[in-house]
Amino acid sequence: MDVLRCRGLRKEFGGQAVLDSLDLTVAEHQVVALIGASGSGKSTLLRCVNLLEELHDGTIELDGEEISAPGVDPDKVRRRIGMVFQAYNLFPHLSVLDNVTLAPRRVHRRARVEAEAHARELLDRMGLGAKADAFPDRLSGGQQQRVAIVRALANSPRLLLLDEVTSALDPELVGEVLTMIRDLKADGLTMVLATHEMSFARDVADQVCFLDGGRVLEAGPPQQVLGQPTRPRTQQFLSRIIEAGRL
Amino acid sequence: MSTSAHVLSPAQRARVAYRRRQTVLSVLIAAASTAAVGTLLAVAVTGAPGWERVRQTFLDPQIARDALPRVLTGLWLNVRLLVCCAVAALLLGLLIAVLRTLRGPIFFPIRALATSYTYVFRGLPLIIVLYVLTLGAPGLRLQGMPSVLVLGGAALVLTYSGYLAEVFRAGIESVHPSQLAAARSLGLTYRQTMRHVVLPQAVRRVAPPLLNDIVALQKDVGLVALAGPIDAVRAAQIATAQTFNYTPYIVAGVLFVLLAIPLIAVTDRVTLRAARRQSGG
Ligand SMILES: Nc1ncnc2c1ncn2[C@@H]1O[C@H](COP(=O)(O)OP(=O)(O)O)[C@@H](O)[C@H]1O
Ligand SMILES: [Mg+2]
Repeated sequence: MDVLRCRGLRKEFGGQAVLDSLDLTVAEHQVVALIGASGSGKSTLLRCVNLLEELHDGTIELDGEEISAPGVDPDKVRRRIGMVFQAYNLFPHLSVLDNVTLAPRRVHRRARVEAEAHARELLDRMGLGAKADAFPDRLSGGQQQRVAIVRALANSPRLLLLDEVTSALDPELVGEVLTMIRDLKADGLTMVLATHEMSFARDVADQVCFLDGGRVLEAGPPQQVLGQPTRPRTQQFLSRIIEAGRL
Repeated sequence: MSTSAHVLSPAQRARVAYRRRQTVLSVLIAAASTAAVGTLLAVAVTGAPGWERVRQTFLDPQIARDALPRVLTGLWLNVRLLVCCAVAALLLGLLIAVLRTLRGPIFFPIRALATSYTYVFRGLPLIIVLYVLTLGAPGLRLQGMPSVLVLGGAALVLTYSGYLAEVFRAGIESVHPSQLAAARSLGLTYRQTMRHVVLPQAVRRVAPPLLNDIVALQKDVGLVALAGPIDAVRAAQIATAQTFNYTPYIVAGVLFVLLAIPLIAVTDRVTLRAARRQSGG
């Protein structure tokens, strides 16, 4: 069963098409890695899927329901899709616990006690139990990003979107976040992640999509796309990555 | 975390001792220079040829004692008016600031109204708003026209909410768009995002300038006396006219400063804390 189906997506900024007839399908329990040069539209695609950007064409289906249709309430859709950002975007005025319980309490109208119990359980499981009452500025980058992931998980999303979640981290902190994502895959969570960590993509992704010119130029299992890319643009991109020592 | 077991090295002990000596020295120097400046000032003022006259007309203890009850009664009016106007102006200012941030064509009229409001009432001198409301409005002889005091308070609220709205708006705009994206991605509606994510951060950030405006309001509250109600300054003026002595003004002035001290102290504390948070400390 497909959790996400994008057909013919088009998104322009100032008349310039950033996404152009883009197709993407994500099956349940699958992890799809989006790779591509900076500015190739990875973030834009994820923001479009979360209805944070208005489309210029195409359709998006979540669990077979068209969420890009007119009249669909975007707030209701976003409850079912989690998103984690490169810069964590934790709410600095709220404690870790309040960051995590904000949506369950305000959006899902859970009682405070219930929401906090669930949040503490999630934080404990992710090794963040001791940080529940701390404020974000007291946490390391890796801890902040893990809290951001827990915050997205507290909504029990059908689909988790991760936008270069390790790009802002010091190298020694990348591992803890990647480990967490690996655990989520083991739990069967469906995920789409934009990443520059090619070795991680190879390791965790079921499918790798190379974005170029506003569309998915090449897609397939990681060994194929990262190992024997068929398109010259993909080969070029990967050789640049190898030069930079990131594969 | 084994500081308790740590034995200071001779070098560190020497540094600590040196720092302590320096602290004692600077306190002594500060005390001595303060005493010197104070003495000089006192000698200069009291030694001035007109000092006796000034002391009699501005610092007469008996007149101060006599005027105090009336000035205090007036001050009580200032305090009540300040509290009511500050609360009302803060709420109205916040509302107008939020209305100004609404996006989308449906809200254009509301946005335009809110924007004009801040332009008009920041541009209009308070005195004119005060006269129009307290002297002009009762002239309409409408049923249920509120008292001059309430009208005067309304004039203060109108003017100050114009300023406060701009301060709030600056705070709202200082919250990074990524915070909105994060909140919306969690399924929060625009209103919930404002209420739980944007406004708490915005208000915290602009608390110092907001409090500063309240300190200014505290002084402007007395202007309602122009329309009749007797505030502390007006009470002092009346007492002065009766005694031909300016001491009641000094009494009112001292009381105003005493009243302002807690508010200013809170403002300073909040400003300091905000600055510390900004620097990531
Ligand atoms: N809000 C925006 N306004 C204008 N241009 C944008 C905006 N967001 C993204 N873009 C442009 O869209 C292109 C794709 O950006 P992005 O999706 O962030 O790429 P990636 O995440 O792959 O690096 C870039 O050229 C960027 O300049
Ligand atoms: Mg990006």
